[in-house]
Amino acid sequence: MLTQLRDQFRKTEVYKSIFRHSYQDTQRNRALQIVDNVFLHLHPVRVPRHATNLGYTWGMGGITFLLFIVLTITGVILMFYYRPTAQYAYEDMKYLMNDVPFGPLIRNMHRWAAHAMVLTVMLHMFRVFLTGSYKPPRQFNWVIGVILLVLTLLLSFSGYLLPWDQLAIWAVTVGTNMARATPLLGHEGPFGPELGLRPDNDVRFVLLGGTEVGPPTLLRFYVGHCIFLPLIATIFMIVHFWRVRKDGGISGPPPGKNNF
Amino acid sequence: MQQFLEIISKPDNIPIVLLLVSVIFFTWLAWAKAKKNDSQQIPEEAKMDDKVQVWPYLVRMEFLMSIVVMAVLVVWSVFLDAPLEEPANRALTPNPSKAPWYFLGLQELLVYFDPWIAGVVLPTLIIIGLMAIPYVDINEKGNGYYTFKERKFAILTFCFGFLILWVALIVLGTFMRGPGWNFFWPWEKWDPHYVAVLTNVDLSEMIGIPTRLPDNSLNPVAFLFGGVLVFGFYSLIPIYWMMKRKTEIMKKLGPLRYNIVAFLFLTMVGLVIKILLRLGPPILGLNPVKYVWVTPWFNI
Repeated sequence: MLTQLRDQFRKTEVYKSIFRHSYQDTQRNRALQIVDNVFLHLHPVRVPRHATNLGYTWGMGGITFLLFIVLTITGVILMFYYRPTAQYAYEDMKYLMNDVPFGPLIRNMHRWAAHAMVLTVMLHMFRVFLTGSYKPPRQFNWVIGVILLVLTLLLSFSGYLLPWDQLAIWAVTVGTNMARATPLLGHEGPFGPELGLRPDNDVRFVLLGGTEVGPPTLLRFYVGHCIFLPLIATIFMIVHFWRVRKDGGISGPPPGKNNF
Repeated sequence: MQQFLEIISKPDNIPIVLLLVSVIFFTWLAWAKAKKNDSQQIPEEAKMDDKVQVWPYLVRMEFLMSIVVMAVLVVWSVFLDAPLEEPANRALTPNPSKAPWYFLGLQELLVYFDPWIAGVVLPTLIIIGLMAIPYVDINEKGNGYYTFKERKFAILTFCFGFLILWVALIVLGTFMRGPGWNFFWPWEKWDPHYVAVLTNVDLSEMIGIPTRLPDNSLNPVAFLFGGVLVFGFYSLIPIYWMMKRKTEIMKKLGPLRYNIVAFLFLTMVGLVIKILLRLGPPILGLNPVKYVWVTPWFNI
């Protein structure tokens, strides 16, 4: 009875419009499974066997992407409970950690995934270097990878300020204090004073929206953290993944390597 | 020791412990694979170049890894709360004040360099240098498999930069820098009243040339001495080029690539020299070196 119903359902126009092929385990269906799926279509239909070997790939690029998705989802949830003003930010954090159902879990996941992502990006880069995968034809994708590394660090750093507690404000103070020493652009950097730079008109002032880490900085970092940086990172990730395919898929020994 | 365990187990420092463990593990793994590949005619990866279907072989792997990562993340998040300290207070500076953990290597460099070098120039050079790697590394070998034998210089340089200058300095900056950014061994207690005697002198002063004249203006001799040292150091670039320009590798490299590699490499070496000039002399009973070159605009 149920089987009949299922078979009947599979013949309907609705079903056929969603699922383009059957589930029989054939070579053709395995290929269609990839090609007919917008997400899996990121992959080629077939890969060299070493691409499935964790010892070779370490899986760090994929884990980084997974963590980015986790961060996007938990980040959006956190945005419902957080107001980026000096008056409310810390109160909202306390509320989130004490009264919001699953609030601590969401926030912890966001924080630990962020730390983990910095780590996996570094390890991914380490692996790509050690296998020489940046060599032709993949030179430019390495450059995009470096940009993504910088964006990851900036994302993590801008998020660090948002809890608006002692840890946040002083870590960001230490970090952004470097900007005042920028040569030519900071008021304490080489040739800065000579060019007429003061604490209230140099590059650090632009970054912080003030002469010290204050409420305008919180808003600036919030917008950067939630909108600007994720958007830019997404664009570079699209190019990164697309280039992996266009540059010949996962790196591996050149074909001639087999016939030494 | 108890304090060290406390610092190491602080929730926000867990990533550094993970970093240390994973970096050691993966360095060992890559080393073992490179050694195996180098000892045989064909790299292991070349034996695995037959094609497999992405569905199910790769997708299955990704699915399993996703489950493992999510499980670890959820367990981690259930048992360890992200830190939330007292509300932000500009009037109350914690001692030590530390940047987020991934910048602590750079913060550690602030001990040896002025902020414009440690905080701006070096990070910029790291980023530019990383981006330049594929364009200056003209070695065609070692593309797509683990090897050490075929690209020793590249691997040694990168590993030194990553493992020592990045990872080790992060660990040092997090676990061994206490109040006043003073150095404490793991078994020592962080003493907030500890006062380090600052006996740093400039390099010129070590050989008897005072940096400042009695009226506190800059001593031109010291200025010249430092300038000659710094420029002399970087003049190794053209000198080495003149010596080696006839060799095969230099011809292939070309002057532009050579200059980029030589400049970045010498800067990395110079960084280590400056650190050693600070740490080395006290062992010999001398004063640590503060600056190599003092100018009216910047100090190195």
